[in-house]
Amino acid sequence: MTTKRIPSIWSRRQVVAGLGGLAVYAAARPAAAQAPAGKPIKIGQALALTGPFAQTGLVHKIVSEYYVDRLNKTGGLLGRPVEYVLLDDQSKPDVSRTLYERLITSDNVDLILAPYGTASILAAMGVAQRYHKIFIQNTMGVPSLATYEWQFAALVAGASPEKTLPEKTLDCYASTGHPPKTIAIITSKFPSTEFTAKGMQTLAKARGIEVLAFLEYDVGNRDFGSIAARIKAADPDYMFMGCLGVEGNQLLEALTQINYTPKRHFYLFPSGLLATYPPAERAMSLTTLEDVEPYLSNPEIAEFAKGFDAKAKALNLPYPHIDSQAGNEYAGWQILVAAVKATKSLEDKKLADWLEHNSVDTVVGKRDFTGKFHTSSSDMQQLRQVQNGRWVTVWPKAEATPGVKLLAP
Amino acid sequence: MPPLSLLEQSLITGLLTGGLYGLLALGLSLSWGLLRLVNIGHFAIALLGAYLTWYCGTVLGIAPWWAGLMIIAAFFVYGIGLHWLFMRFRVTEMASMLITFALAIIIESIIQSIWTADFRRYETPWGAQSWVIGALYLPKLSLIAFGVAIALAAATWAWLRYTYVGRALRACAEDAPIATAFGINHRGLSFLLSGLCAAYAGVAGVFIALVATLAPSEIWAWVGVVFAVVIIGKLGNPLGALAGGIFIGVCEAMTMAVVNPSWAPLVSFSVLIAFLLFRPRWI
Repeated sequence: MTTKRIPSIWSRRQVVAGLGGLAVYAAARPAAAQAPAGKPIKIGQALALTGPFAQTGLVHKIVSEYYVDRLNKTGGLLGRPVEYVLLDDQSKPDVSRTLYERLITSDNVDLILAPYGTASILAAMGVAQRYHKIFIQNTMGVPSLATYEWQFAALVAGASPEKTLPEKTLDCYASTGHPPKTIAIITSKFPSTEFTAKGMQTLAKARGIEVLAFLEYDVGNRDFGSIAARIKAADPDYMFMGCLGVEGNQLLEALTQINYTPKRHFYLFPSGLLATYPPAERAMSLTTLEDVEPYLSNPEIAEFAKGFDAKAKALNLPYPHIDSQAGNEYAGWQILVAAVKATKSLEDKKLADWLEHNSVDTVVGKRDFTGKFHTSSSDMQQLRQVQNGRWVTVWPKAEATPGVKLLAP
Repeated sequence: MPPLSLLEQSLITGLLTGGLYGLLALGLSLSWGLLRLVNIGHFAIALLGAYLTWYCGTVLGIAPWWAGLMIIAAFFVYGIGLHWLFMRFRVTEMASMLITFALAIIIESIIQSIWTADFRRYETPWGAQSWVIGALYLPKLSLIAFGVAIALAAATWAWLRYTYVGRALRACAEDAPIATAFGINHRGLSFLLSGLCAAYAGVAGVFIALVATLAPSEIWAWVGVVFAVVIIGKLGNPLGALAGGIFIGVCEAMTMAVVNPSWAPLVSFSVLIAFLLFRPRWI
């Protein structure tokens, strides 16, 4: 019996070339694409998922989950998958302290990341110190309180933000040729906001700016009507608000109801929602990352922005865009992962030693830890402004969103 | 001395804020005073009402007054159901506080799981509008809430004072067994009142949605001050609840205007302590 050979659509040469190509592709493929294997590396964190800071806690949660997901899809850490252990500290420092005890002693996590907010960070830092764990935090508003030697700040605010930030805002307005002559300062009694507001008061006096009002309110204040009336009566050239979350919106609503628009206004830690409120047009704040240029020219940031937006939109968040809160959390992860990859170790001492002598490229800028309290060597934050319902960067000029100018009447 | 216009504007702010305190205090005061149930869940229900109003308005496109009517009706039924549970398990005054505290936490978690912890703001065309009288501004929505608070408090007071049902309810609060011996259907009336208290929470919720930014944790922002209002205004007294709310609201606003805003929270509790120490006849 004879068999007739069926001509193949593949020539041997084509097959060899194809296999060769595949081999080259496999070799050239980033380690990232290799599936992680082995015992998971557990990284623990407690965030404010309920309570008064839950809005911001939610942003940090989205970022952390996004980062871990991306990390696992791109090869994991040291070839192992990463398991993210997240607990809810209810916005309470005492709960945070207990949860970090639990993470370290009961959940046996390999590494920890700090919670959100100055008070909770301080509470958790004590636990990290007791167990000699490296502690990377990204929202500590009073750097001088972070005295633990293995504490590292992901923030790029430098060691004295209470001085450098007010200077930045006044320099920014001075660049218009008509700097403010009077100021009203309103602040929450939350540690980091009050700390910065007092810095603003000191600097304003030093620069000969008349402080027409310095008004403090309790955390959780609901009624801004009388504060608004006092601001209207003072009618300052510049209104500086040391606010948290939605307080900025609440003050603006109260001001709008008595038909007053601040000439120039700054909000320290506002909710992203502020940008969507029409009276907030021209409002200023600080930033390290936004969903606009020049940040988006970095491919990792562009990808992060896309991923964050998708998750935030799925949750129906009113401002589903990355901002400095999201950026700082992401940077915290980047720092931890960079140290682990560089040392190929999970030993806290080795990681701390490495960070002590190296810098890390993060989405909020190159992070060195040479500043006092392991902060950045200088304040590298930018100033942003609400323009047409979106945050855009306006200062320093060299880092401003292309085509955007500071609006300062 | 602050300028007169500042004091006048702050007085208006205090009055209007006090109206909202009174609106929230109304249901709580009636429940505590006449049913002997301390319902901390009242605040959670009010905030749930606010979220539902916001959701109806922004997602379903239902106007707040229609949404309000539906919420009030639904909450009335909820109030009856809750009271049935309380009666079924013979819940005491102290136990009611603990149970409704737990209920408030559950409702907060439900709100957060549905609408997340992020801030929600119901933008309406009237939100930023005010009536202007000379140099003074009267925010429209807050003024309407104030008017509704007065109307509800007055109507409830008249109902309790001048109708058979109202007098029967007061009699039950004084001595339920004796009132029952006189043929009063204590059980049925208490269901009615419980439903009404929950419906009042719904009314407060509609206005909270219209004048405030919402977050699940806001439930707890009202608890302290509204409890002070209820005690100062006398338990079970609708006009007292409103008067207490206005008094505290004005005290807080004037403190903010004249001294430092951070002193305002001290005011409500200092006033409460002073009232308890000197014990006016109505407490």
